[in-house]
Amino acid sequence: MKHLWLTAWADIIESIRAKWFIVYSSVFGGIVVLLFVFGITESRIMGFTGLTRLLITYIQLTIAILPVFVLITTVRSVAGDREAGVFEYLLSLPISLAAWFWGRFLGRFIVVFLPVFLAMIGAVIWASIKGADIPWGLFLSYTGLLLAVAWCFLGIGMLISSIARSSDVAQGLAFMVWLTFLLFLDLILLGIMIREGLPSDTAVILSLINPLQVFRTAAMVLFDPQLVILGPSAYIILDHFTETGYIIWSIVYPVSLGTLSAYAGYYLFKKGDLP
Amino acid sequence: MIKFDNVKKTFRRTEVLKGMNLDIKKGDRIALVGSNGAGKTTMIRCLLGEYTCEGQVRVNGMDPREERKLVLKDIGFVPQLPPPLKMPVGQLIEFSASLCDADPGEMISVLERLGLDFNELKSRPFVKLSGGQKQKILISIALGREAKILILDEPAANLDPEARHIFFQLLAEKKDEAVMLISSHRLDEVAALVNRVIEMDQGIVVLDDRVEDEVDLNSVLNSEIKIKRVDEAFAKAIKAWSFESEDGTSWQGQVAGPDRLRFLGVLSRYAAILKDIHMVEQKK
Repeated sequence: MKHLWLTAWADIIESIRAKWFIVYSSVFGGIVVLLFVFGITESRIMGFTGLTRLLITYIQLTIAILPVFVLITTVRSVAGDREAGVFEYLLSLPISLAAWFWGRFLGRFIVVFLPVFLAMIGAVIWASIKGADIPWGLFLSYTGLLLAVAWCFLGIGMLISSIARSSDVAQGLAFMVWLTFLLFLDLILLGIMIREGLPSDTAVILSLINPLQVFRTAAMVLFDPQLVILGPSAYIILDHFTETGYIIWSIVYPVSLGTLSAYAGYYLFKKGDLP
Repeated sequence: MIKFDNVKKTFRRTEVLKGMNLDIKKGDRIALVGSNGAGKTTMIRCLLGEYTCEGQVRVNGMDPREERKLVLKDIGFVPQLPPPLKMPVGQLIEFSASLCDADPGEMISVLERLGLDFNELKSRPFVKLSGGQKQKILISIALGREAKILILDEPAANLDPEARHIFFQLLAEKKDEAVMLISSHRLDEVAALVNRVIEMDQGIVVLDDRVEDEVDLNSVLNSEIKIKRVDEAFAKAIKAWSFESEDGTSWQGQVAGPDRLRFLGVLSRYAAILKDIHMVEQKK
């Protein structure tokens, strides 16, 4: 365990000195600042105002940006490290491959999750200073959701980094994976599938295994429990899951997918050439 | 101590190691030479357990892939190209020492013997240092612990003559307790450090020979070089070896014993203007 934490800590230090991390943190911190600056807390949508309104907008934006950010930065830095000789040197030190791989996973998770979470904390602190009500239930649900998003795409990123031998290929693969998930969002491909006669259950199953869609729907459930904006498919989701059930699914499934992907990545890493 | 038994390594369709056999015993100080693509780096990576391969690699009877922690605990490695690590020097040393169960103080003392000021460097990112500084830090990490096998890939390439001399002294201190495998493109770079030469070509060992190892790794040669006329290029080259002159034609300085061949190699470029070379081993 000591080596795992040492690796995680080393990865955190490496990451926070990297340019991508500065951009990454600025984007999420910047979103919160901009939402305050543009007075989003004063506006109203579906009856929501104040910090709840801000968090709803923040989560929608984050779910759009976070997956591609996590995928690209993970594969770039992990595959880039392999190309630049970081693996060759650090793996010549007496550390188990499990401690190395999972240490990096853990360190990377902290690095990608913290800025997003701290931006939300910043919003809560600012709202408290301004005397606004803090929707703690919503805050906790969103935190769980963001944690699951980061974990899921980090796991997929680690798998891609183990498959691809160069950072260019890894980046291309990561982009393709993200694009595939994006194409299977209900608004694009599922609409066509239904029009072409695909059974609606199949379409719903596809949307339930697409992590991007799972997050979008979960974010909607949190402020629109009846899923009015989803139309008829809301019945299938709510009949099978209920509101709470869907929120649990939206956290458990992506975390499981991320863990399985990372484990597959670890298996490939352990069996193949390391540098 | 180290055994390669019919080791083969293929990348896609290219066979880089073609059934390599090698036996390395305690006390061996080996120059691993060969041109680019000869298979030196691949061989080193197989030895470090970083590459999977056909055949058998054994270090003290253990498979470096299966028992990597036990095997690597005994191996100090200096790569040819320093990794672009962003972590500060202090943390890199702490990190390496913790993984190796070594005393970071030992690594720091080697680093300071090589002429670096740890307090000045400890908070600076490793990647921002000069090539020579990086090389010295990696050497400190490899030599500042109880390594029984030293694998050094072009270790002195970026070092100045003074640091090279100290580096040779450090190797001399380890020579009875450690096996050394020093990889280089050129034999003259490492000839004086070793007692065995292994040359690789296209994935196999083409030469495995013992060499005289009379050279004391600690020795120093007091040297005087005279040239026919003042020459700017020569002055620049010899100043890099810390030689001094009053008139520009007679130069005095010291050369580390194991560096003599390399030094003579530099002089050979100015053979046309050389008048006298005088090198005497300093008495202990």
